[in-house]
Amino acid sequence: MKKDKKNIKMEEYENKNEPTMALDDEQRVKILSPGRLVLKRFIRNKLAITGSIFILGMFLFSFVGGWLMPYEEDQIFTEYVDMSKVFGGVSINNEYIFVTSDGKEFPMVARAQFVLAANKEQSIFDSQDIEYSLQKLADELYIVYKNNEVAVAQTVVKDIVVTVTDTTLDESFSSAFSTAISKGEQTFEYGGRTYITIQDKKSYKAYEQIPDAVATKNRYDYDSVDIKTSFEFAYAAELTMMAMMEEGITESSFSADGKEYTIVYEGDNAEIYTNENGQTILYSNVSRYIVDSIYEDVFLDIGFKNYVKDLIAQGVEGIQEFTYAGTNGEDRAYTIEVGSNDWIIRWIEDTFVILDFDAPSKAHPVGTDGNGMDILTRLMYGGRVSLILGFIVVIIETAIGIILGGIAGYFGKWVDNLIMRIVDTFNSIPSLPIIIILGFMMDQQRVEPLLRMVYLMFILAVLGWPGIARMVRGQILSLREQEFMIATEATGISVSKRIFKHLIPNVMPQLIVISTLSLGGVILTESVLSFLGLGVKFPFASWGNIINAVSDVHVMTNYLFVWIPAGFCILITVLGFNFIGDGLRDAFDPRMKR
Amino acid sequence: MRNYIIKRILIAFVILFLVAFIIYTLMRSMPSSFVEAIARERANLPGSRSYTEWLQQLNQIYGLDSGIIKGFFGWLGKVVQGDFGDSWVYNVPVTEVFKETIWYSFVLGSVAFLFEIIIAIPLGILAARKQYSKTDYAVTVVALIGISLPVFFFATILKLVFSINLGWFDLYGTVGRYYEQLNGWQQFLDLAKHYVLPVFTIVMISIGGLMRYTRTNMLEVLNSDYIRTARAKGLTERRVINYHGFRNTLIPIVTIIGGSIPGLFAGALVTETLFGITGIGKTAFDAMRSGDIPFSMFYLLFLAALTLLGTLVADILYAVVDPRVRVN
Repeated sequence: MKKDKKNIKMEEYENKNEPTMALDDEQRVKILSPGRLVLKRFIRNKLAITGSIFILGMFLFSFVGGWLMPYEEDQIFTEYVDMSKVFGGVSINNEYIFVTSDGKEFPMVARAQFVLAANKEQSIFDSQDIEYSLQKLADELYIVYKNNEVAVAQTVVKDIVVTVTDTTLDESFSSAFSTAISKGEQTFEYGGRTYITIQDKKSYKAYEQIPDAVATKNRYDYDSVDIKTSFEFAYAAELTMMAMMEEGITESSFSADGKEYTIVYEGDNAEIYTNENGQTILYSNVSRYIVDSIYEDVFLDIGFKNYVKDLIAQGVEGIQEFTYAGTNGEDRAYTIEVGSNDWIIRWIEDTFVILDFDAPSKAHPVGTDGNGMDILTRLMYGGRVSLILGFIVVIIETAIGIILGGIAGYFGKWVDNLIMRIVDTFNSIPSLPIIIILGFMMDQQRVEPLLRMVYLMFILAVLGWPGIARMVRGQILSLREQEFMIATEATGISVSKRIFKHLIPNVMPQLIVISTLSLGGVILTESVLSFLGLGVKFPFASWGNIINAVSDVHVMTNYLFVWIPAGFCILITVLGFNFIGDGLRDAFDPRMKR
Repeated sequence: MRNYIIKRILIAFVILFLVAFIIYTLMRSMPSSFVEAIARERANLPGSRSYTEWLQQLNQIYGLDSGIIKGFFGWLGKVVQGDFGDSWVYNVPVTEVFKETIWYSFVLGSVAFLFEIIIAIPLGILAARKQYSKTDYAVTVVALIGISLPVFFFATILKLVFSINLGWFDLYGTVGRYYEQLNGWQQFLDLAKHYVLPVFTIVMISIGGLMRYTRTNMLEVLNSDYIRTARAKGLTERRVINYHGFRNTLIPIVTIIGGSIPGLFAGALVTETLFGITGIGKTAFDAMRSGDIPFSMFYLLFLAALTLLGTLVADILYAVVDPRVRVN
């Protein structure tokens, strides 16, 4: 057995080595072309491969992703949200409500005077040269009369001289007046009307009392906006309610304006019914509560108000829900809660809102930003902007760098000196502040966002070429001393061909490395500018201007999904370019390896 | 050597002159409506000078009423005498504003730079010694991440973690709320506390460059013949690295560090703005935002001068430190 095994092993060994090789066999030494060698070294570098994957991923994400995404770059998302909104409120009325008789006015000044007089318990007050008297029927219920002076009486020794100012009254009125004075009566009747006398030292005045207004703190609610409380109605209703309170009954009736009303008075809530076409209809509701909606176009019917008043009478605790059928017969949900001095009614309403700072969901995998735009879409379009802008800038600056660096390196002497001094000059110009100043200037001039992007590329390229020019010049300086250049000179090749066909291709490796590295740099600069609000502007997306949202600390703290992904996009892209650039440098320059 | 230095200084002045000319031309080429709009805006501020006075001041300093060449030399004449005009935003001479703010920036820059040197050089050397090891990869990746990190993003993350979530530091500012009530030592601590995050940000962002530079140079040195000779001689590895290797690596490092020193005055515009440090960078950013042309011009020129000084120092140091370098 053992022997067998050994034999088999030997056989295997022989089989393996079967294709015998000769020294001159070309397969023996595998020679790779320089390009393949570079590629091989590049592929062996883990970091470079990681970088390539990053960049490939970013390209797919930005270009293919943006193309696949169903949303537009600046599409604003909105939705209807059920929001609990303040609908109205209930408060207790503490102001007097003045119900004036038809065609009469009770001016604001007089109202204020009335309140003062009522508080001081005076029975007379005047306002704007009109004298009013008030009759207290009950607490917080007054009848206000306008006092019309009809006669003045003067006592001369023991006689009373009456001067009647109202021409419609005759002599018999004077005698009634003087009788009242002599008897010391405060009021007297004449011709079915009540007059009052007021003494002022030795003169008396007679006033005709014209009922002007009912002042009450009760509110009269009706089922229609058009119904105005009439003086007679209020007067009758208030008197009836007063009487009912005294007698302790809950149902009574009264008539006003030629109509019969039935009144049910319980607690501090009165319901007044009227009879119309044989049907009893709830005509009005009287209470101290004011139920109002904050919407001007919403009119609350008595039913709703009664319902709410009942709720309050039962006592509201916390947030209480209720439903009530609106005018269209549909039930709507409301909530009522106790406010500071009142009750707040809310309802659920469909509200049209912009979906801002919406947390990641199925429709918006990264959420939405402050403008209600889909962040994932904006990240993709932002990637396009960054990548395209980066490539264009690098292409421009490489072109300038090659031309100027090539010329300087090839010609040397004063040309080199001149160009290198220009390079030094541009190198010393502080690029970031310059771009910032230009950015602010473009802000002020309100440059179009697209045009702005073009300017930005141009500025970045103009400020970025010196490094490339210096590198190209340095390389060419040493290359032009080599033999192949002497050969080109000897064969009489034109100068431009010598520079751009023979020298530049030899600089290619370094050029590719420096371009890749500066791609990352340009993307980084662009993002800083966009972050400061000076680079790529709305409506165009850019990773930098997406992160700009963090200038609001609230967004920074609470909406991480808005700015963290954009930051990582920048980091990954720039890192990718740096990895690739680094890997390429090592691959091109095997002496240093990594 | 002296001739070389004199020649370099003269060239630097020529370049500074050219830069000044370009900056001046750029300012002059701005649409005139821009300057006028700013003058008008400034004039509308309460208690401000009138529009004509603003324009007059501008004309006076920048010679806007004459041609570019003539205006430039007029302006340059004043600048040489140290007259940069009055800042439009701060309403004091530009140089006053500079004096007040520069030290905040310098402290920020130099502390960060110190940390950078302390961290980057040992790590760079370590990476070079253990080439292709895990340490090397880690150092390279960290360095590249630092280079690739957007400042504002990193600063925001730091703020979120340390200021908001942990509450260790203030979000903005150079000093705390009760700074005035503290005694000297506490004031220093308060100030230092406010510098932690900005310094951390700057160190993280700029450490990569120095780290990779050290590594590359150390590798180059370690691959050179004299190191092989030293090893062949039977010297201990420590002596080879620390004595023969490190000393030679120091040459380019000292050069680059020397060249960076003038840059410490330049201020970190973005970092200062983000952390509310009232250094020259933030001051300049605010000035630029509000169209303060005198201060912006001064800042641009100052930065250009610093860059030139940096290259000059680096070149001279290179010649001084390494005796093998022939001056021409």
